[in-house]
Amino acid sequence: MKIAVCAKVVPEQARRIDSETKRLDRSGEQALNPFDANAVEEALRLKGDDADAEVVLVSLGPERSLDALRKALAMGADRVVLVSDEAAAGSDLVASSYTLARALEREQPELVLFGQQANDSDGAVMWAAVADRLRRPLISQVAELTVSDGKLRGKRQTEFGYDVIEAPLPAVVAVSDAINEPRYPSLKGIMGAKKKPQETVSLADLGVEADRAGEPGSRTEVYAIGEPPPRGETQRIDDDGSGAEKIVEFLLERKAL
Amino acid sequence: MTKPSEYPPPFDVSEAIAPPTDPEDERIEVGVAIVGAGPAGLACAIRLGQLLEAAPTVAERLGEVPLAVVEKGKQPGSHLLSGAVVNPRALQRLFAGRKRLDDMPFYGPVEEESVYFLTSNRAVRIPTPPTMRNHGNRVASLAQLGRWLAEQAEEVGATILPETAATKLLVDHGRVRGIRTGDKGRGRNGEELPNFEPGADVVARITVLAEGTQGHLTGAAIDRFGLEGENPQVWALGVKEVWRVARPLRRVIHTMGWPLRAGAKYREFGGSFIYPMGEDMLTLGMVVGLDYRDVELSVHDLLQELKTHRLVRRLLEGGERIAWGAKTIPEGGFLSLPKRLHAPGILLAGDGPGFVNVPALKGIHYAIETGTLAAEAAFAALQRGEAVGRPGALASYDAAVRQSFVWRDLEQVRNMRQAFGRGFWLGGALAGAMTASRGKFPPGDARTEPDADQELIRTDRARSYPAPDGKLTFDKLSSVFLSGNKTRDDAPSHIRVQTKVPPELAELWTRMCPAQVYEPTEGGVDVTASNCVQCGAITAKGGRLTPAEGGSGPEYTLT
Amino acid sequence: MSTLVFLEHHEGELQKDSLGVLGKADQLGDDVAALIAGSGVEGLAAQAGRFGAAKVYLADDPALEAPLPQPRVDVAADLVRRHGFDTVLFGATVLTADVAAGLAARLDAGLNWDLVDLTEEDGKLVGKRPALDDTVYVDVGWKGEPRLALIRTGTFEPVETGGEAEVEQVDVALEDFSTQAKMIEQAHEESEGPSIEDADVIVAGGRGLGGPENFALVEELAKALGGAVAATRAVVDAGWYPYSTQVGQTGKTVAPRLYIAVGISGAIQHKVGMQGSNVIVAINKDPNAPIFEYADLGVVGDLHQIVPKLTELVRQRRAA
Repeated sequence: MKIAVCAKVVPEQARRIDSETKRLDRSGEQALNPFDANAVEEALRLKGDDADAEVVLVSLGPERSLDALRKALAMGADRVVLVSDEAAAGSDLVASSYTLARALEREQPELVLFGQQANDSDGAVMWAAVADRLRRPLISQVAELTVSDGKLRGKRQTEFGYDVIEAPLPAVVAVSDAINEPRYPSLKGIMGAKKKPQETVSLADLGVEADRAGEPGSRTEVYAIGEPPPRGETQRIDDDGSGAEKIVEFLLERKAL
Repeated sequence: MTKPSEYPPPFDVSEAIAPPTDPEDERIEVGVAIVGAGPAGLACAIRLGQLLEAAPTVAERLGEVPLAVVEKGKQPGSHLLSGAVVNPRALQRLFAGRKRLDDMPFYGPVEEESVYFLTSNRAVRIPTPPTMRNHGNRVASLAQLGRWLAEQAEEVGATILPETAATKLLVDHGRVRGIRTGDKGRGRNGEELPNFEPGADVVARITVLAEGTQGHLTGAAIDRFGLEGENPQVWALGVKEVWRVARPLRRVIHTMGWPLRAGAKYREFGGSFIYPMGEDMLTLGMVVGLDYRDVELSVHDLLQELKTHRLVRRLLEGGERIAWGAKTIPEGGFLSLPKRLHAPGILLAGDGPGFVNVPALKGIHYAIETGTLAAEAAFAALQRGEAVGRPGALASYDAAVRQSFVWRDLEQVRNMRQAFGRGFWLGGALAGAMTASRGKFPPGDARTEPDADQELIRTDRARSYPAPDGKLTFDKLSSVFLSGNKTRDDAPSHIRVQTKVPPELAELWTRMCPAQVYEPTEGGVDVTASNCVQCGAITAKGGRLTPAEGGSGPEYTLT
Repeated sequence: MSTLVFLEHHEGELQKDSLGVLGKADQLGDDVAALIAGSGVEGLAAQAGRFGAAKVYLADDPALEAPLPQPRVDVAADLVRRHGFDTVLFGATVLTADVAAGLAARLDAGLNWDLVDLTEEDGKLVGKRPALDDTVYVDVGWKGEPRLALIRTGTFEPVETGGEAEVEQVDVALEDFSTQAKMIEQAHEESEGPSIEDADVIVAGGRGLGGPENFALVEELAKALGGAVAATRAVVDAGWYPYSTQVGQTGKTVAPRLYIAVGISGAIQHKVGMQGSNVIVAINKDPNAPIFEYADLGVVGDLHQIVPKLTELVRQRRAA
């Protein structure tokens, strides 16, 4: 079985938005998005000892992302495919999902895994867009996953508890961070990572037209960045016995009750 | 009152020594294992890489991974912290013909410098002591320099293994065989968590220990092979911040005096530094010897207090704190160096053995030079093709260090730090005499007492620490946050201390620790190891810092 | 502006957030249409009308019974293509996030998420969204149409305007791949109350509680408010409460509508885990506790007195 894990490389340190480009400041150290480590771990568990199974990482980002993606190889993934192209910079959901879908089609995996969310823009939505483009069934927020006989069964976490959903392969699954504890790469794994295949492809290699990527291919934009509205002054009370009543009053005022 | 040494930590150095235990085919084999991706370790890796490039037959003999550098931080630089004003000579020698000074990540040469003697409301300019002259030197962030050196090391073929702690020295038949890396994924009580990954034996023909201050395996090696020098090592604790500032600072500043107290009974030796970092940043720090005696002393709070001085406040006006960190510095100098720097299969370089020139506040170029010399000695032994584990095979390292500027410099200033044990004024006079005579006067060698042997006193010192205002002055917890420390809460504690200790010792540790690891409780002290930024102060004052899980601790970038 | 609002429903009720978004859309002007997709959902149309919809599209089909996203993408895409809506709004939930993103891909339409406000400026629709752990606010917009938006939970309050909506049944035609995922077992309301990630209200306990037995006070208040219980690192370290409830830098990040911090000093390691909460109330006996610098209401006093009383008052209000 071929499992593709869609991973993102994000800035390691406290993030900031570059006030000039209005994009996330992606300088500084990069690391594998911690939530994607859950997806890599799940892929490795599904692969188990099966020599015929393959775990390939697919990512969209600048060339230097390869360093951070190697962590997945150190954990045990087999290959990395990085779509790296200047024209893809500034891609939003519409543009990124299109590019990722083309990269995935090139791989033809039976299963595509995503992690819970991206640490940087906190957007928890990419998988649904990609599943739609690939025209494949989707199960998201999966806290437990089993695969047997070409079928998937996932326990999906919602506000109301857990649904159990089944879908046939090929499929797209987004795992929640509750699904597993990612393994630490062993030293042997770290040292062997560099030798594993790491492929860089351009938009042209994928047949992605220039107007479908980067800013031309995006359908959203950022106008301005500013401070959050101030929380306002802290109202301070010293309890004289009526503290509880005052809290209730306050909550009603703020429509929080 | 108590002495910290009356409550020694539950730790025996023999815990850090073991023979290889992994089955042979599971051991990781490398040619040369270097412990620590700091300036010493990386210089060693770079020099070895250069030499191996030019000698492919030697390189071949070292196997698939000729050079491995093991680093416990998240990446090279994460645990590096210094002032720093760097003497470039060792870097120029290391990169001769390959890189120029301008290619290296420095913030520009030192143009002007001033030294001040401070009182609480005045700053008296004093002539720069000759030992502190910085002409020709460069300001750097050691964390950044470390990252750059790591890239250079990788370019010449070194394999860097971050997030990997070296917890044991592998010793077999009287020689060092390599190191054992630390386990990952243990719970609070040492139990194996679901993602438990055991450490591994990394066997190497030669092991170079470049662990920096409080080197865990360095201490074990010195003990095991009888390398102790005449005097115990002593340390200082430095706490520093980096600020974005509205106006560029155009000179290097050092201060002495306030907020430290001059009286001999306090034993408060140290001062502060303020260095420009380019057009829009500066770094400032407070360094205090850990032989201080007052339980209420807190170097972090002294730094906060320093910032309220008119001289300093002006520099920071309109600015914003963007980094914080803490680390110890070995201060014993020449007299505390191990009597030998090699043993069968092993070499010691950098701050680990203690190559720091305290009066000049310099150690980085000594780390680089000793790392370079270690590489050359290792290469020579490998080239000869002989058994490098044979006693004496690596003796050329000691000879080379003794002939280098490192030795000369340190010998000249050998008594200076110890002189300051007699108080600022007398110490200053002695220091002056030493400088003028190039170390010949006063004759003989002073003795050093271990920091933990200092009897504690209590004064009212804490009363004047400023309350943190979140703009100029800051509390410890928000500082720990700024260091990038995200150590796993349920990791086993890597700090060895007795917890049933008298209140004055609990208070000493509570104030001493810049990261708020300790807290006094009924009958002793509570330890929150996940706050630890691995500065090492506790090792000087009655406890023992051991390597934490690889990848944990601070993630310094600008320190 | 011609807007379509996707209304989520659960166990026979239209979901509160959806109704809030509906009200906002109504306020932004022009007639607002709502989409209700499910099986046996006709009864919900009237409520949509009362809360701001001028027209309700009812996609009522057994194939839509399970709350799965992909069939809903088909229905919504069809409606948008047919009627040319320029804006489609969703109140964010696990389900609607997947629907909105799938729809964005289907129509190659811009999607902005986690919005806490929507305004019209110079004829443009502008969304406001917090970013980087709620430390900055970003103004975002769309290029082209339709414009899709996911609104953060709890942003808009529903407003009953008492109108009546025109109801239209739509034919449901689903793609093959959309119906491949099948619901085997559907979730039921958790008897234990919401998890802290999903909770609207969180009551968190810290060291000031004094001991693990006092977490009962926190639990009672949480129950009365219908919320979840959270804990600080210090008490989790001390073994008073499980790690799964830890909020903070090394625990979970939450942004509920109401966060009540009981006996918590509020150092930055905790703050970064909850600073996005809408309303923060702190109860602590230490007037210098850092939490008082960023709480909306700070009460300096004895939590052992205040919390039980508060719980009682809340229960009374709820019963009324």
